[in-house]
Amino acid sequence: MAQVSSIAEEQAPNPLSASKSVLLRISRFNPETDESNKFMEFSVPYQKWTTVLEAILDVKKHFDHSVAVRYSCRQATCGSCGMLINGKPRLACFTKISELNSDVVTVEPMNNFPVIRDLAVRFERLFDTHHKIKPFLIRDDTELESNEKEFLQSPEELENFIQFANCIKCGLCNSACPTMTTDSSFVGPQALAQAYRYVADSRDKGKDSRLDIIDESHGIWRCHFAGSCSQVCPKGVDPAMGIQFLRGYLLGFRS
Amino acid sequence: MTQDDNKEGIKGMANPGRYGIERIAYLLMRLTGLGLLGYFIAHVYETSNILRGRMGWDEFLAMTQTTEGHLFLVLVIGMCVFHTGNGIRIMLGHGGVGVGKPARPDYPYDPASQNYRHKIGIYSSIVLAAVAMMYGMAVMFGE
Ligand code: HEM
Ligand code: SF4
Ligand code: FES
Repeated sequence: MAQVSSIAEEQAPNPLSASKSVLLRISRFNPETDESNKFMEFSVPYQKWTTVLEAILDVKKHFDHSVAVRYSCRQATCGSCGMLINGKPRLACFTKISELNSDVVTVEPMNNFPVIRDLAVRFERLFDTHHKIKPFLIRDDTELESNEKEFLQSPEELENFIQFANCIKCGLCNSACPTMTTDSSFVGPQALAQAYRYVADSRDKGKDSRLDIIDESHGIWRCHFAGSCSQVCPKGVDPAMGIQFLRGYLLGFRS
Repeated sequence: MTQDDNKEGIKGMANPGRYGIERIAYLLMRLTGLGLLGYFIAHVYETSNILRGRMGWDEFLAMTQTTEGHLFLVLVIGMCVFHTGNGIRIMLGHGGVGVGKPARPDYPYDPASQNYRHKIGIYSSIVLAAVAMMYGMAVMFGE
């Protein structure tokens, strides 16, 4: 289906100074009724600062409210709006149309996640694998019982893991990962990076149990250091770095 | 597209166009690994021809003395050199060597693990493979 609609200038709430417009192609797919996806095309005006998410919301407002898209914070913090934008996994709220340098913007649901409808995908598996690596401090005592008020940590110790704590669970890394394109059981870069986040935390004592969890046939050994996860991460987490450090422990390069 | 995982499959895995030289190296590593495995099996088979005596051995070896045979061997040389060079880079990376140091990330969030050391490793493996292939061609075709 290639039906092109465009937003009439007088319909827009604020008169738009720029006359630039972009062809937004949105993948439409309802797994309950459709055999395959179809693209709907819309001509959408944009400014230098207009994000892809804003363009999609424009379409929902003016043409077709039924376009399914998940979003919340609009500021790269909640991790809801990941999708394929011109073939690459990105956050729609963090991607400006102007930076894509293209007259056509194609949005599709993220790969390697089951589609709920249109651009919205299921996150159950990502949350499961995240949970599997025990994303919490493991130790025998608790802050509530100890004499000190809290477990102290130096600024240097914080630097060792703070980068990995930036993860917003958006799933872009899992969508870019070449292993995940064929292996649904792979634990994935998101969870592995979080395993490292806790292993590198000086307050945590659960290193051995976490290394045990990821040392399995669909665990860390399926990573081939292609680095695509790190290239798409919108928060600078660099999962590939954390994964190689973890493997360094397992191979005896690090202790 | 179906209701399943919406996985990209082999096509997505092999698509080297989107994620830079590191993803190209990943693909080349797979292809050269499988190519070398194929060559290794064929090589064991070929050398087993020695059991057929000198005639059988010479007969089989003649296959590599043709233009196609030479080109095939040049390809094997290239695969070998790239696979070894890039393999050493990957083994170091897998051990956590040269993948950068954790630091507070800053916009635009260039990942430290995708650094120039690894890029140099990849490009030099490609260049070395090309040089070795040219040398091989010079030796085999230069008579
Ligand atoms: C000094 C020589 C070699 C080195 C340093 C080396 C290194 C490596 C490394 C590090 C990997 C893993 C790459 C990854 O994690 O994605 C690998 C994969 C592989 N290698 Fe080698 N290798 C060498 C020789 C060979 C030979 C002679 C063969 C064939 C007989 C071979 C066949 C393979 C295969 C089939 C793979 C799997 C490819 C994949 O699944 O991506 N390698 N090699
Ligand atoms: S590591 Fe980066 S890309 Fe992966 S889920 Fe976390 S924030 Fe998203
Ligand atoms: S809407 Fe929250 S990350 Fe994009």
